[in-house]
Amino acid sequence: MKVSITVNGAAYERDVEPRVLLAYFLREDLGLTGTHVGCDTSSCGCCVVLIDGERAVKSCNMFAVMADGHEITTIEGMKAAGKLHPMQQAFTDQHGLQCGYCTPGMMATAIAFLKHNPDPTEAQIRDALSGNMCRCTGYNNIVKAVQQAAAELSAPPSEPPAPEPAVAS
Amino acid sequence: MFPAAFDYVAARSRDEAYAALAEHGGGARVLAGGQSLIPAMRFRLARPSVLVDINRIADLAYVAESAGELRLGAAARDQAFELSPEIRSGRYPMLADVCAVVADPVVRQMGTVVGSLCHNDPAGDWPVAALAGNASVVVRGKGGERVVPIGEFIVDSYTTAVGDGEMALEVRFPTPTARTAGAYLKIERKVGDFATAAAAARVTLAEDGTIASASIALGAAGPCAFRVAEAERALTGAKPSAAAIAAAAAAARSAADPVTDTRGTVAYKKQMAGVLVERALRKAFARLGLENVR
Repeated sequence: MKVSITVNGAAYERDVEPRVLLAYFLREDLGLTGTHVGCDTSSCGCCVVLIDGERAVKSCNMFAVMADGHEITTIEGMKAAGKLHPMQQAFTDQHGLQCGYCTPGMMATAIAFLKHNPDPTEAQIRDALSGNMCRCTGYNNIVKAVQQAAAELSAPPSEPPAPEPAVAS
Repeated sequence: MFPAAFDYVAARSRDEAYAALAEHGGGARVLAGGQSLIPAMRFRLARPSVLVDINRIADLAYVAESAGELRLGAAARDQAFELSPEIRSGRYPMLADVCAVVADPVVRQMGTVVGSLCHNDPAGDWPVAALAGNASVVVRGKGGERVVPIGEFIVDSYTTAVGDGEMALEVRFPTPTARTAGAYLKIERKVGDFATAAAAARVTLAEDGTIASASIALGAAGPCAFRVAEAERALTGAKPSAAAIAAAAAAARSAADPVTDTRGTVAYKKQMAGVLVERALRKAFARLGLENVR
């Protein structure tokens, strides 16, 4: 079936079999391997991408044909004008990753979450990330990263970015 | 792990969906969020020859309140429901309980309430709450639309009153009065796992403070969600009391018919069905201003 899907701002026209899952379309047809497949059964959240910029979806649990006419954002498309997305910067600053396998999905989930809850509590962040598994970090630095990104994304544009938190030696 | 091949129809309107379903009959399945159907297809537990995608039908994604009912269209997603003014108003506390625990927060951004009812998993959340909430489902078939009470809609494991070539269009939840409240609780090993045990309780108080009516429903306690008539009898006409709650919990324990699996033994799950009914009742009473019923 012919589909027209915008991925990271670029329009792709492709002929795909209906049974092809979005994660595999992104990785194998488009070569965007930043979208990771973990459990492949919709349990781990590694494959989460953004649809239309605002909804986080597990791309192993959606057919590529369902994305026809929609806009998908993967980790490769988060950087803008040569600058990391504030969420990427926050994960870097807060050391919110170790092996990095869950990170693209974590960030997509967190970005969608902050769209409807720009000033969340720690408990709300933990709840929002409960469908994304990380086997390395113990989640604390991921939560800190989302807090930093929330502060930065909700700050008025004229203000300088939030200062780097002090690191205990 | 890809599903078997199938044909895909992207319906743009209700009529296009009806036509595709009529044409393909029993081989066709409606695709809404796909959060249960797609895994089932990948495991080859479901093998439809045609999927009729209703996600592009804008006028099926509504959440609306009218004439004493809350109505959700077949394409209304769990998260849209969770964030809707109707749920945030606090007037549907039992449904709000469910919204917060269905699958996980990412799955809720795709999954739909009506889709969950149609999938009718024995451990699904919405069938339990729909039973306790006296919901009904609008089903569209050859002869037009019909309104099916949830007790008739739920037929057996993964089986509903939706026949070949038909589709569920809408679920309706009666708006609770000021004297009605409910609660939904479940035990799960981790977020997103199937429930180990689940229960919903909904009570309406009479003017004299006695329980005018009660509905108690269990999930993950048999082939499909069901109401526990004996628990409801134990409550109806009684004063809210620890004894009435205990009688309802005992009836739930005895009615629960779970299977032993990795989530627990039969004995444990029966015990938990009783515990959850007690807790759900206490939560419902607290929502009616009756804290710490003795």
